[in-house]
Amino acid sequence: MNTTGSNAATGAAQNVHNPDYLVDIQHERLSFFTPAGEVKALNDVSLYVRPGEVLGIVGESGSGKSVTAYSIMGLTAYPGRLIGGDVWFNGHYINTMTEKQMRRIRGNEVSIIFQDPMTSLNPVYTIGDQIREVILLHTDKTKQQANDRARELLSLVGINEPDKRLRQYPHELSGGMRQRVMIAIALACEPKLLIADEPTTALDVTIQAQILNLMMDLKKKLGMAIILITHDLGVVAGTCDRIAVMYAGKVVESGPTDDIFYHPAHEYTKGLLRSIPNLNEQEHKRLIPIEGSPVDMLNPPAGCPFAPRCRSCMKICLNRPPEYTHLTDAHFSACWLLDKAKFEAQGEEKI
Amino acid sequence: MEQTKLVEVQHLQQFFPVSGGSFAERRVVKAVDDVSFFINKGETLGLVGESGCGKTTLGRTLLRLYEPTDGKIFYGGKDITHVNMLPYRRKMQIVFQDPYASLDPRMTVGDIVGEAIDIHHLAKSAQERQDRIIELLSLVGLNSEHANRYPHEFSGGQRQRVGIARALAVNPEFIVCDEPISALDVSIQAQVVNMFEDLQEQLGLTYLFIAHNLSVVKHISNRIGVMYLGKLVELADSYELTFHSVHPYTRSLISAIPIADPKVNRAAHRIVLQGDVPSPVNPPSGCRFRTRCPYADACCAESEPEWKEVSPGHYAACHHLDRVR
Repeated sequence: MNTTGSNAATGAAQNVHNPDYLVDIQHERLSFFTPAGEVKALNDVSLYVRPGEVLGIVGESGSGKSVTAYSIMGLTAYPGRLIGGDVWFNGHYINTMTEKQMRRIRGNEVSIIFQDPMTSLNPVYTIGDQIREVILLHTDKTKQQANDRARELLSLVGINEPDKRLRQYPHELSGGMRQRVMIAIALACEPKLLIADEPTTALDVTIQAQILNLMMDLKKKLGMAIILITHDLGVVAGTCDRIAVMYAGKVVESGPTDDIFYHPAHEYTKGLLRSIPNLNEQEHKRLIPIEGSPVDMLNPPAGCPFAPRCRSCMKICLNRPPEYTHLTDAHFSACWLLDKAKFEAQGEEKI
Repeated sequence: MEQTKLVEVQHLQQFFPVSGGSFAERRVVKAVDDVSFFINKGETLGLVGESGCGKTTLGRTLLRLYEPTDGKIFYGGKDITHVNMLPYRRKMQIVFQDPYASLDPRMTVGDIVGEAIDIHHLAKSAQERQDRIIELLSLVGLNSEHANRYPHEFSGGQRQRVGIARALAVNPEFIVCDEPISALDVSIQAQVVNMFEDLQEQLGLTYLFIAHNLSVVKHISNRIGVMYLGKLVELADSYELTFHSVHPYTRSLISAIPIADPKVNRAAHRIVLQGDVPSPVNPPSGCRFRTRCPYADACCAESEPEWKEVSPGHYAACHHLDRVR
């Protein structure tokens, strides 16, 4: 675990923190130094989460969505290292925090639920042990009080017969039930932020609906913010206030949910929306796929990372990474096409 | 249009013994229990259901990769339940879910595709074999230089193309596609779905397309069957099934699918099923869906619902079809 970066050495933030934001990430760069070379997992990522809001991060595997979220908790696995930019969470400047300080925040102010609830619960401890552990660690409650709180949490996440469940082991529960237990553990200290990393990917559709409903109910009750990481555009459409679309270690587009779905600005977002079949379609329409393969992160392209797969790629796209263009205050996208008129005037042509 | 049945199963059963437990009672998992359907030549039948409902087992039993416990399998009108499968392996193939686990890491892509050609003696010379491999690779959008590479050098989408090329090597008529796109990234899924459609048109293939993603299944299939705990609960034309389903399970399954359209999503009325899927070792008596069904009553616990044709080509098994409508 290593959260120290170049600015951490000097201890000073390079950017200005906006105190209205619960999570404020600015120009974050994070690389994994592997034997094969430096993998630039995050390449200038900026995003924010307001208190009580639901941010969806969508992107394919390897786009950096989990790495971004984990870095808020200071969870960057070796050989990864934060090498630039600033990360603030709830007033804490994460870049310079020690492991000991981080431990006080994790599970308390921010918690996480993972994709696979079987591997994230400890098989040799009972459900009760695992919920009580969090409570005893972060509060002054006695064992008896912690037990009462654990029972209360299980009822909160819709598990019946909580007394019986507290004595059971993870293997005795179904997948959906285990995910409910994970949520109970995550909410034990009423965190300000819940990071949900593909929370329903391993679950069946009917169970997915239950878990998503539960998360949204709890958000309303407890007023926490949620970062929902997923590759399923259907899931974000129904749950998120805002969406950040990631591709090859960059946020290529971000904005309110409706803007992303009805006025997508980046060619990758448009491509994703075109490529998924719609259940409500009345007739058969051929899908329009995004051609090509995902980026090789060891040798990312010099310009826009999406340029090699983009239908409207211009010369400049191959050479210079695009800057953000704001379409509205909250909706922005990194695509040279948004400045197309300007380039056309300068004699740029489509490749 | 004249339609001929290419594949048909009647009252197919596939039970697996459960290890452990007392030896006095040998318990079994009824993975597939009394399932009957047919697939017409040139069509795609989709099969959806939640994990553990028996859809993969059904696909494999159909190919006799498992020996069926009971029931009959017909291919081209002939009963193949107990015959030597070798001649039929040339006609019936399978594409697996996980493109990482289903390709031998120590074989080149050329050999993976070529193995089937060797087994069935489909090439007379080394040159003919090589030409055929290259032809197959180009059919799935790969090129000749890929033949000498190993699976680890490919991305997930490319590996799945290799898996498809291998299935096509023997010129099959029928392919079981077992969750062929679930392991792929969203942006790659559409490429592979389109390829399945193109290959079907070019080669006149018949598919059994197994997946848990109903949106994709509806897109690619002519008809769809829905499974729950080893039973087929509804079967109909894909549009009929999507928009006019009659079984309460199908209805809740459809309503649970999140649609990638925020306004539709907000307006949607969700039927959220309570509880979990019961264990297939000890399924509920009568109708297996009754423990989660909003319409269930005493009748559902007593007797198993009949598999009825509710309108031409639309089948369902439920005691309360009139109430559901």
